[in-house]
This record gives sequence, C-alpha cells and structure tokens, in this order.
Amino acid sequence: MPGICLRMDALALHRVHFAFTITFHYLFPQLTMGLALLILILKTIALRTGDEHYNRAARFWTKIFAINFAMGVVTGIPMEFQFGTNWSRFSKAAGGVIGQTLAMEGVFSFFLESSFLGVFLFGEAKLSKKAHWVAAFLVFLGSWLSGYFIIATDAWMQHPAGFRIEQNGSIALTSLSGLLTNPWVFWQYLHNMTGSVVTASFVMASIGAYYLLIQRDEAYGRTFVRLGVIAGVISTALMIFPTGDGQAKNIATFQGPTLAAMEGLFQTANGAPLALIGQPDMENRRLDNPIVIPRALSFLTYRRWGARVRGLDQFRPDQLPDNIPLLYYAYHIMVGLGTMLIGAMALAAFLLWRGRLYGARPVLWLLMLMLPAPYIATTAGWITAEVGRQPWLIYGIMRTPEGVSAHVSAGNALFTLLGFMGIYAILAILFLFLTGREIEAGPAHATDLAAAEH
Amino acid sequence: MATLWFCLIAVMIAVYVILDGFDLGVGIVQLFVAKNDSERRTVLSTIGPVWDGNEVWLLATGGTLYFAFPALYASSFSGFYLPLMIVLWLLILRGIAIEFRNHLENPVWQPLWDSVFAGASTLLAIFFGAALGNVVRGVPLDSSGEFFLPLWTDFTVGGAPGILDWYTLSIAVAALMTLAVHGALWVALKTEGPVEERARRLVRLLWWGLVTVTAAVTLASFSVQPHLKESFGARPWGYVFPLLAVAGLAGIRLGGGRREGLDAFLSSCVFILGMLCSLVFGVYPDVLPSNTDAGLSLTIQNSAASRYGLTTGLFWFIPGMILATGYFTYTYRNFAGKVKR
Repeated sequence: MPGICLRMDALALHRVHFAFTITFHYLFPQLTMGLALLILILKTIALRTGDEHYNRAARFWTKIFAINFAMGVVTGIPMEFQFGTNWSRFSKAAGGVIGQTLAMEGVFSFFLESSFLGVFLFGEAKLSKKAHWVAAFLVFLGSWLSGYFIIATDAWMQHPAGFRIEQNGSIALTSLSGLLTNPWVFWQYLHNMTGSVVTASFVMASIGAYYLLIQRDEAYGRTFVRLGVIAGVISTALMIFPTGDGQAKNIATFQGPTLAAMEGLFQTANGAPLALIGQPDMENRRLDNPIVIPRALSFLTYRRWGARVRGLDQFRPDQLPDNIPLLYYAYHIMVGLGTMLIGAMALAAFLLWRGRLYGARPVLWLLMLMLPAPYIATTAGWITAEVGRQPWLIYGIMRTPEGVSAHVSAGNALFTLLGFMGIYAILAILFLFLTGREIEAGPAHATDLAAAEH
Repeated sequence: MATLWFCLIAVMIAVYVILDGFDLGVGIVQLFVAKNDSERRTVLSTIGPVWDGNEVWLLATGGTLYFAFPALYASSFSGFYLPLMIVLWLLILRGIAIEFRNHLENPVWQPLWDSVFAGASTLLAIFFGAALGNVVRGVPLDSSGEFFLPLWTDFTVGGAPGILDWYTLSIAVAALMTLAVHGALWVALKTEGPVEERARRLVRLLWWGLVTVTAAVTLASFSVQPHLKESFGARPWGYVFPLLAVAGLAGIRLGGGRREGLDAFLSSCVFILGMLCSLVFGVYPDVLPSNTDAGLSLTIQNSAASRYGLTTGLFWFIPGMILATGYFTYTYRNFAGKVKR
C-alpha cells in the first residue's frame, strides 16, 4: 500500500521528527564522551612524564572536541524540549518518573560540564598543569554522568522499574533507586560508553593515519595512531564481551519479541541458528537467502547449544515490533560493522606490537577509511534499541500512538521537521568545514588555546 | 510540597533570566555598542566563558519543571509548539554564531555571525517575553488540560487569541527593553574605553523607555488578567515584589558610575527579579490559567507529580544546586573584572 506509506500521518511525522533529531544529535556526543577520556589520557601522560608533546597533542584534540561539543549542545537542547512538544501525552503520564533523570542530568552534569569546559578551553595559560588536568577530568566526569542519566531514562522506557500506575493513568515514581539501578541500565550504559570510546579511538587513529600517510606532523600522527589503536582494540573487544553479550541477555530476558525480530527468527526452535546474512520476507514469514550458523543463537543466548529460543511465531502480532526488517537490518549492520572494527583494530594492534604499524601503509589506509564505520555502527545500534522497543513507547505500559501530542497536527509537525532538516544541513556543512580546517591546520598549529581563542 | 517546588522553579527561572538575560542582552546591543571587529570581539569575550553555563539554567529549569509538574510541561510545550520550535532554532543559530565566529579571520565570515548573533538574541528576547505574556493572559485549555495556539490570529486578546496579540507583544517589547538594558549594563561593567561609554549612553537612553513600557505593561496586565488583582488583594505582602522592581529600576539610574557599574547591574538584576516575582505571585496558585473557563486552569495541585517524587527530588536537588552554585561562584570569580584584550 505505497499510497498510505507516502501520506505520513501525524504519528509517523512525530516519530521521524524525534528519530531524525536524535540521530543527528548523537553523532556528536558519541565522539565527545569518548574523546574526553582520550584527552584525559593524553593530559595524564603529559603530567606524569612532563613531555610537552602530549600537551600539544591534547590541545589539538581539544579543538576538535570544542567544535563537536558545541554541536552536541545546540542539537541537544531540542531533545529535552521534544518530550513536551511532540510527545505531550507521554510526558504528562511519565514526566514524574523520567523527568527525575532528565532534571538530574541538568543539575549534576550540565552545570559541571559547562562550568569546567570554559575553564578547560580558556584557562590553560592561567592554571597550573595539575589544575588544568582537574578541569579536563571534570569535563570527562560531567559528560559520562550525562550519559548515565540519559541511558537511565531510556532504560526505563525499555524496561520500566520503580513506578506505580495511578488511578488517573499517570505513572508515579515509587523508588528513585529502582529507577537509577534498573537492571537494564548497567549493560546498556557500559555498552554505550564503550561504543563512545570506540568512535573516539577510530577518529583519533584515523586522523593520525592521515598525517602519517601525507607525511606531515608525523610525531603527532604516531601518537594518535598509537593511542587510538590501543584504546580501540580494548574498547572494540569490550563491545562484544561482556557489554554486548550482557545487553543481548537483557533483550532476551525482557523483550522476547524483539530478540526474535532482530535475529530474524521466524520459527521457534530448539538449537536455534544464528543468521549472519539474509532478508526477512514478512509476507512469507521466512528469511530469504540465509547464511546461518546452526545452533549458535541458542548458545549465545542461553549458553546451551540445544536451548529453545522463541521465534516470531510465539508472539501475538500486537506484541511484535512494527518494522521488523528495519530492526533486523539495523542489528545486523551493527554486528557486521562491529566485527570489522574489531578485525581492523586487532590487525593494527598486532603490527603496533611488532613495531611495524607506522610503515604499514595499507593498514594506515584502512584505519583512515574506517572513520565513518563506528558512527554507522553506533547509529545502527541505537536504531536496534529504539525500533526494537516498538510497538511500545514505555515497554509493556504505553503504546507509541498513545504518547504523541494530541493537538499538534501533521502539518505543523512536518513544518518543524523540515525546519530542523534545513538547519541541521547548515550545521553539518559548517561542522565538516571547520573540522576539516582544524585537521588541515594540524597539531603543530594548535599552540596555545588561550591565545588562539581571544 | 507542590508550592515549595513552584517557588524553587520560580527561583530557577529568575536565575535563568538574570544570567542568560545578560548574554542575550549583549547580543541585542552588540551592534550598537561595538563598531569594529576588535570591539565586537571584546564584547563577545565578556560572555565567552559563561554564556553556555547560563543557558544550562534553561535546560535545568526545563528538566525540573518536567519532573515536578509533568502535566504543565506536557501541556505548555505542546500548546506553544510553534514558538518553542522557533526558540530552539534561534538557540541553535545563536550558539553556533558565538562558538564559530572566531574560527575564521574573514571580513565576510565574522559580520555574518555577528548579525546572526544579534538577530537571534533579539528574537529570543521577544519570544521569551511573549511566552511570559501568554502565561499571564491564559490559554484555551480543554478538559484534558491541553491546547494548541497558532502564532497569531487577529492580535486581539479576547476570543481566540494567538501566541502573539497586542498584550503579549507589549510584554515582548518590555522583555526586549529589559534585556537590552541588562546586557548594556553588563558590557559597561566588563569593558572600558569607547565601548563602555557607548553602553552607558545606551542605558541612559533606554532607561526612559523602560520606565514607560514597565508602567504600560503593568496596567495592561491588570486589565487582561483580573486574577492578579485578587492575588495582591488577598495577600498584600506581595506588594513587596513590585516595590523591589521599582527600586531596581531606580537603582539602574542612580547606580550608574558607582563601583564601576556593579551597582547598576545588580539593580537591573533586582528589577528583573522583582518583575518576575510579581508576575509569579500574581498568577499563583495557577501555573497556566485558562482564558475561557477558570475551572480548567492548570494549578500547582492538578499538574504536580506524585508526593513521593517531589519529596525524593529534594534529596538530590538541594545538594545538586549547592554544587552548581559552587561552580558558578568559581567561574564568575575567575572571570571578575574588566576583560582585557
């Protein structure tokens, strides 16, 4: 029914509105959270060895960080607003719960971050080396705390905890600790933050590889590649085990239909196969052109080769995610790219250990070209999480159509969606232009930030 | 408990308007007080390290409003859909204008971002003022506590008003004047030489306008929203807030040269605090009045979160705000005095 698909109703537009703005927004924090850690590592090395080289390296990355941070801030503000503007019935019902974590993010992390980012960016000339390290640490702490509160908010929508439904239909918080220590939070937070380190590692290694390939700023290039590859090989490994594994177990435990849809498992099976490749055929309820590993899904999920895994046939249609192919592809893109990320980092780490990496041009080319891959994998991962939550807005409690703003028409939603698309297109161009300039100017140029900014 | 959170949020809003107000005000007056690139750079550096932190008060206030009064958050954000989205776009443009301006030394690049910064700051002051006006005037809430307002209809207050009508526009003009004075006082406080001189002259010029507009919107507010008179009649101690505003207004004039303009700037803070408190006091216990049927108004009671949520919130909110106050004290102390080029 293509006609119906093209004529988007208000609900579809509100969904695309949030999906578009959150996807664009998260391109920036996924770098800054991880990069905050890597900059802190550079600052720590500089502090411990007294080697000014690492401080200059940190200054270069601080410039990239600052542009990304500004983008993250300006595209982040609309996210909090949209809960109220586009999802008012959800907000009215659930604001008493998720408002807690969102307000905590503002109070505990944004104040910290914004105050010390200024100190960190502008204060290096005035502060002692130790004090500047502390400012870097506080920016790192603020951004990772921010991540925690947001993941706790999302975790509550994925697996609600610590609440009660009142007579008038609103959802009241009954346990703040239940909200903050929701069993879903732990793995999702670690998985997400590790992912952020993966992105930062690849960006650092990629730009380092670029400098080595064009034979410019090579001392910095080597530092970037070394730190990027070491952090990258550790973080990509942690992505799969234990964090990815833990996250998958959460889904298996709490979102049975989602697991079946992600894996493209149409039929319940003892010893269920793991689909590597294949296209879900929803009309005939089967996976076309499949390449599978027999029994592997049972083993990965329950650690027993013969375990029974429930397929899509086990669930009522109104329990199933409303876009199973998208969910399936998003999940497979995440896993597929994730595997390539591990492979690239393992190869680079091996050569680094053998002392041959800086001269291995094909591998440097590979590292450089992998730059977009972690962004795509992370985005695909979030699509898996959020499309996987459907048809629920709050899993098991509120369906997505029940949460949308009743009075905001499709026409108004489309107007603002187009507005955001226009503004974000301008932002994207500016971002690429300014970041490109910083990379071209190079680390040797990044002398003293305080002098450069004023 | 709901009243306590109402007061806490009112204080947060006041802090937001006072802090982000001066950097918005700097944007409004920048093109009038700074005539060349170097002067504009100086003016911008008076807010460089602090504007982002100031804006965080908007987010923190929004978050606090969200969890303490979810029904109000839901109703007002969806009802004021269009102006809020425009506010978001303006905040985005303004943020990147400040952050990206100094990335290039180029006679096309910098004036472009200066204009964006000035335009976005001006429009933001207007939209925030209009929003305030809407909260005083009331909105057409339905029985589920929701509404949707177009940007404008026929600009009259009665019948089916839009976001912008003559009354909310008058509040918008008052907000623009207030923040322009506030921003000019900040520039005067933080700069020296011709920029400081121009800022002071601008304050003297705008002050008469501010007095006139303040008097006009006060009269207009009492005629548009009869509830204000009832509030002040029932609890006459509330007159302390308008008196505070008048004292602040006088202080702006009298405190001009004292302590390098710190007295005048603080007077402006007092003026803003007095005006906002008067308004909040007048509207209480409503948080969003209905302009059709007073029985449909959103009040602190019918829009508040559960008692457990509000009580628990205090346990983290109070230490969190003490920490935040600490950061701000540290930042502003580091940033004290005139900016040096």
